[in-house]
Amino acid sequence: MWDYVKLIVLAAVAVLAAIAASYARDLAYLVHMMIFMLAAVAAFLWQIRHMGEAVHNEKEYMDGVIRYGVIATCFWGIVGFLVGVVIAFQLAFPELNLALLEGFGNFGRLRPLHTSAVIFAFGGNALIASSFYVVQRTTAARLFGGNLAWFVFWGYQVFILMAATGYVLGSTQGQEYAEPEWLTDLWLTVVWVAYLLIFMGTLIKRREPHIYVANWFYLSFIVTVAMLHIVNNLQIPVSFLGSRSIPVWSGVQSAMVQWWYGHNAVGFFLTAGFLGMMYYFIPKQAERPVYSYKLSIIHFWALIFLYIWAGPHHLHYTALPDWAQTLGMTFSIMLWMPSWGGMINGLMTLSGAWDKLRTDPVIRMMVVAVGFYGMATFEGPMMSIRAVNSLSHYTDWTIGHVHSGALGWNGMITFGALYYLVPKLWKRERLYSLSLVSWHFWLATIGIVLYAASMWVTGIMEGLMWREVDAQGFLVNSFADTVAAKFPMNVVRGTGGLMFLTGALIMCYNLWMTVRKVGEAKPATAAVAAE
Amino acid sequence: MATPKKKSNDPKTTGHSWDGIEEFDNPLPRWWLWVFYLCILWSVVYWVLYPAWPMVSGATSGVLGYSSRADVEVEIADADAANQVWYDRLMSTDLDAISADPELERFAVNAGAAVFRAQCSQCHGAGADGLRAGSGFPNLLDDEWMWGGTMDDIVTTVTYGIRNEDFPDARYSEMPSFGRDELLTPEEIDQVVNHVLAISGQAHDAALAAAGAEVFDLNCASCHGADGSGDTFVGAPALNNAIWLYGGSEADIRATVNNAHFGIMPGFTNRLNPAQIRAVGAYVHQLGGGQ
Repeated sequence: MWDYVKLIVLAAVAVLAAIAASYARDLAYLVHMMIFMLAAVAAFLWQIRHMGEAVHNEKEYMDGVIRYGVIATCFWGIVGFLVGVVIAFQLAFPELNLALLEGFGNFGRLRPLHTSAVIFAFGGNALIASSFYVVQRTTAARLFGGNLAWFVFWGYQVFILMAATGYVLGSTQGQEYAEPEWLTDLWLTVVWVAYLLIFMGTLIKRREPHIYVANWFYLSFIVTVAMLHIVNNLQIPVSFLGSRSIPVWSGVQSAMVQWWYGHNAVGFFLTAGFLGMMYYFIPKQAERPVYSYKLSIIHFWALIFLYIWAGPHHLHYTALPDWAQTLGMTFSIMLWMPSWGGMINGLMTLSGAWDKLRTDPVIRMMVVAVGFYGMATFEGPMMSIRAVNSLSHYTDWTIGHVHSGALGWNGMITFGALYYLVPKLWKRERLYSLSLVSWHFWLATIGIVLYAASMWVTGIMEGLMWREVDAQGFLVNSFADTVAAKFPMNVVRGTGGLMFLTGALIMCYNLWMTVRKVGEAKPATAAVAAE
Repeated sequence: MATPKKKSNDPKTTGHSWDGIEEFDNPLPRWWLWVFYLCILWSVVYWVLYPAWPMVSGATSGVLGYSSRADVEVEIADADAANQVWYDRLMSTDLDAISADPELERFAVNAGAAVFRAQCSQCHGAGADGLRAGSGFPNLLDDEWMWGGTMDDIVTTVTYGIRNEDFPDARYSEMPSFGRDELLTPEEIDQVVNHVLAISGQAHDAALAAAGAEVFDLNCASCHGADGSGDTFVGAPALNNAIWLYGGSEADIRATVNNAHFGIMPGFTNRLNPAQIRAVGAYVHQLGGGQ
């Protein structure tokens, strides 16, 4: 009966999407409706072929969707890094904004494609897949909701496709990290609520007496991102047949809500979520207990309480009132130690297992991730200080800061988790090649150092050039002078990005060969089934 | 799956175990805790000193009386006051006499350069070279002027701009689109293009150019002059040299004759004060080609 309901709903979605597509007022909306229609048809066909299949075995972990998540993480990672390398070189060599690509492949169109691909497509898939893995293992229960996890996985890929095609076709509401228009926003909301249901449901039916710390972080990430996403995207569509919408916020309120969203996207998506990952995979890979339970509980609550206030530091010296700037800045300073709590717990978990750094490149990757996490979470509070911000704001320093966090922390911890997960998920006895992991490690690490260092240099140089005035108070440099001065460092940055991309390609090859060539793990080392 | 290994001298764990992960019952690192307290204390002090917490009818103002907006207003007023004597001198001196006063000219060029970097360099280039040959933005370093290169001419152009709809006094002229509007036949266009190539000293077809001289005389000379040396009164550029606003190749010239161009410059009288306009005029005037 339930199967028939699904079929009817899917058929209705496909027909409605086809009708909407034929009345579309703009190209982006047309493409989005075509995506909906094709996705609904694909799901419909799948459903017909699997009618009346046996219910899943509640005693087994649901790992199929995680395997798909791992593949999607690798795929979107490569896409995101590649677009990043392209736009880095477009900044160094503007001729690469080819006339041929004008209107969809120039820097302005590709930049949100890059940021969203790495944060939401690569990072998001890594978070969803790893959270499904971790929550099952640490609750000893199968994912709640049956095929709902598959809906979340495929629904999220549809969201990524809608966002990406929207950017290239110029459908954007112009809010950084929240560029997708109303239709894409609504779809993501549906998918995200389903994700929350699965995660909460699994926690509720857990077979362990307590909830492991990784799950607190994952849950705070899911809940807060839902709240941020909805509040920052309150908007009224111009037409239900077009992609444009008008936000309800305006002026300085809009800026404040946007950066409350933007900063907490960093805080809860890229920090809390990935700390969840860290809290499972580091103890596992190091085979050591977590350093301090007390620290984990204190730094968790301090982190989520303080982070939510820090957004206004993105709006220093703007129309935002001074008092709001002060609060944003002081809460960022107070956030320093709660952020470092995660670093301490990650690093100190290795005490007693430091020798593994010599032999295990995967744990080396995780340690460097935690190291970059510590650096970025020191640099962030420092840059939030008004006086520092007056130099760093709008410069490449910000870009360098973001990338030492994104490449160093989010990238490296994800790579570490992928190296851990693939042999487990495909039941292989080991990785295909540890020396390739080492190659990946060094390429990525040196790439990040080149990236961050070059952006520090240009950022500070740019800030100093912009503020330089002569004895009579007259501006010394034009903007174009600063752009010209940045050229060599822009090339270094692109080179760093290229190394990072190369490392990731090596990882994909290594993981692929692990699945293809490495023998099956013996049952003794196979994942423990839920009891 | 291997269970995390423990060693004999390890501290106690909390007794929980998830998928083999245990947790030590270590206390909070003291240095961590104290730095955390210190950051909180620092923040509380900062809240007392600076505007911080929103109340019913406004935020706490802080005992230091800090205001970023008031601070910047004071800084701007101070800088203006420091230069006021110079601005007064700039406004009271005849435009043509500025260059005769080296001290004043130095100030004006310095001030004008700053204005140029912020307001003009986007189109004319940071070095005032018009970004690149054929960009459509005039190079201000040479001595060819479309609308005149005296101080007075330059200041008028900056004040009202060119072909914009904001100012009735904006400089205005419009070249006909000889090809698109079929004012000339393709054959005549061939001829006149070769004539322009000839007078600008480029390779050309002599027979076509000879025929083109008559076409030029009838259609172009009224603005560009019989010898093609241009007319600053109507903003008609000289065609008998190697300086080109929209490119000087045969294809570029043909495109211009066919479709014409209608370059626009905004007027700056609402964005700059009169002293700043005079200063930027002085800066542009001394770049190389001022008359």
